[in-house]
Amino acid sequence: MAVGRAATAGRVERARRAGTLRARMWRERWMYLLFLPGLAYVVLFRYAPLIGNVIAFQDYSPYLGFTDSAWVGLRNFADLLTDADVGAALVNTLVISGLQLVLFFPAPIALALLLNSLMTDAVRRAIQSVIYLPHFIGWVIVVSIWQQVLGGDGFVNQLLRSQGMHTVNVMANPDLFKPLMVAQDIWKEVGWGTIIFLAALTAIDVSLYEAAAIDGATWWRRLRHVTLPGISGVVVLLLILRLGGILTVGFEQILLQQPNVGARAGQVLDTFVYFRGVVGGDWGLGAAVGLLKGALGTLLVVGANWAVKRLGQEGVF
Amino acid sequence: MALTARRPVWMERPSIPTQLLKTIVLLAIVVLMVFPFLSMVAVSFASAADVLRGGLVLWPAHPTGIAYESILRGGIVVRALLVSVGITVVGTALSMGLTTTMAYGLTRTRDVPGSRLALLLALGTLLFSAGIIPNYLLVKSLHLLNTYWAVILPGAVSAFNLVVIRQFFMGIPHELIESARLDGANDLQILLRIVLPLSKAVLAVISLFYAVGYWNDFFNALLYLNDASMWPVQLVLRQYVLQGTPLGDVQLNPLLGQPPPPQSFQMAVVVLGTLPILLVYPLLQRYFTKGVLTGAIKG
Repeated sequence: MAVGRAATAGRVERARRAGTLRARMWRERWMYLLFLPGLAYVVLFRYAPLIGNVIAFQDYSPYLGFTDSAWVGLRNFADLLTDADVGAALVNTLVISGLQLVLFFPAPIALALLLNSLMTDAVRRAIQSVIYLPHFIGWVIVVSIWQQVLGGDGFVNQLLRSQGMHTVNVMANPDLFKPLMVAQDIWKEVGWGTIIFLAALTAIDVSLYEAAAIDGATWWRRLRHVTLPGISGVVVLLLILRLGGILTVGFEQILLQQPNVGARAGQVLDTFVYFRGVVGGDWGLGAAVGLLKGALGTLLVVGANWAVKRLGQEGVF
Repeated sequence: MALTARRPVWMERPSIPTQLLKTIVLLAIVVLMVFPFLSMVAVSFASAADVLRGGLVLWPAHPTGIAYESILRGGIVVRALLVSVGITVVGTALSMGLTTTMAYGLTRTRDVPGSRLALLLALGTLLFSAGIIPNYLLVKSLHLLNTYWAVILPGAVSAFNLVVIRQFFMGIPHELIESARLDGANDLQILLRIVLPLSKAVLAVISLFYAVGYWNDFFNALLYLNDASMWPVQLVLRQYVLQGTPLGDVQLNPLLGQPPPPQSFQMAVVVLGTLPILLVYPLLQRYFTKGVLTGAIKG
């Protein structure tokens, strides 16, 4: 009975691809009904806004709208090349990205190796449930509680003051701003970041360790010759993707804290678009920076994915 | 539960210093992660005397709920909390409706003409984002500024979540779906009666991802809602805790005695803004160990 049914199902499936296009579309009308609302959403809210980029070529005024604002050709792009704030925002973005690459990127790998070496499952699970939590906390709250601990009147400074020592407001120091951003990123995401590496570590064949141990390999040699090669694929994949996102650093995080230290130290490309374009009313220039950043960012992501595939890894797209 | 060690026979027992070092490092990490939360809760219960005493408010000597009492008496914070709950509930329902129907509608790209193109269009959104200003112009030209749709719609469908759900649907045995079809069910009925009930785990995880996103969002509200009386709690928090703007309308009841110190007041608002996440977190956590999430993150 079950076999007969499966065979019939196979016939039905073949039959479904037969007939004229129109007949096929009518037969699948429910599928269209199901995916068209989502598709309409994607087209309207993801593709249609791209049209708004035309204001990068305008002297845009919200009162005139983009149908009536004056066209200025490439003037906004010429302006952004000479605007000192754009340069500072680009440098800040790249410096934070660089710091993330050096300090943030290895952190979840190291933590995953450490967790993986724990022999007691219950202990590991307990630690995991603590370190995944900050990932789900929004930036407003993360910044608020960091302020409570490290701010001018925070826990640490109260402690220093009660000991008669100098106080330091880490949260409002322009020199410390970039490392602070990276430290917050690590605090929030290091635990969550271990998930993918732990999965890769679990996938390593235990018999490899066994064989290595029987051949007299110490734990260091097993790490070097079994563990690291076992996760290198994932590491390379994530590293390249990170390079693809080099122009994007925590927008909400920096938007919230940039006012503490001023634009010179804290402005990044995305916050420049917001503060200069939306708040400052320099719409055309903001849109030009956004368009350039978006186009470069897409190229970088596509390039990164291409590179991943070249290296024989399964790409993301 | 017994602490079952699973050390294989071939593995040497780590030396005492190694074990000590590991314990110290992990303990330090856990403390660093937990401490800010503890400090937040402790300060929110601190009385004026505790804060004035300075030094450590790690555990208030005279705990008081006065900050919460004056917040929950009504006013900006309560309204903002209700707004956030409303946005989160409506947004999550809309997101899940659009994402699951679309995910199922795109499972048979070989059968349904045009659905491969639709899938590629959806996946394409992973590669770019129109940017802040173009998105603002869209919301403006749809006349959604200063409406709650402006904070719900821009994030309603995430291509990433779509891919995760679709991937899960594709893993459901074909025979189940085809035999329902032979019994005369259409695709909508198949989705509702067969596919969704088999996908509870992934639907739970993705709903919670969406819900956490809506709850934590402040930027869409900042960009699109000019009227402060419409603000969700995260934006009120930003205004009040991070920018130090006083909350004008907090009613202090003289019967409650000494007014709460500003720090404990601020932290009480932060606690209220975090509470829903802390409440759903244990539910979410049940799925971390199951394959759902790992598969999801690998994409």
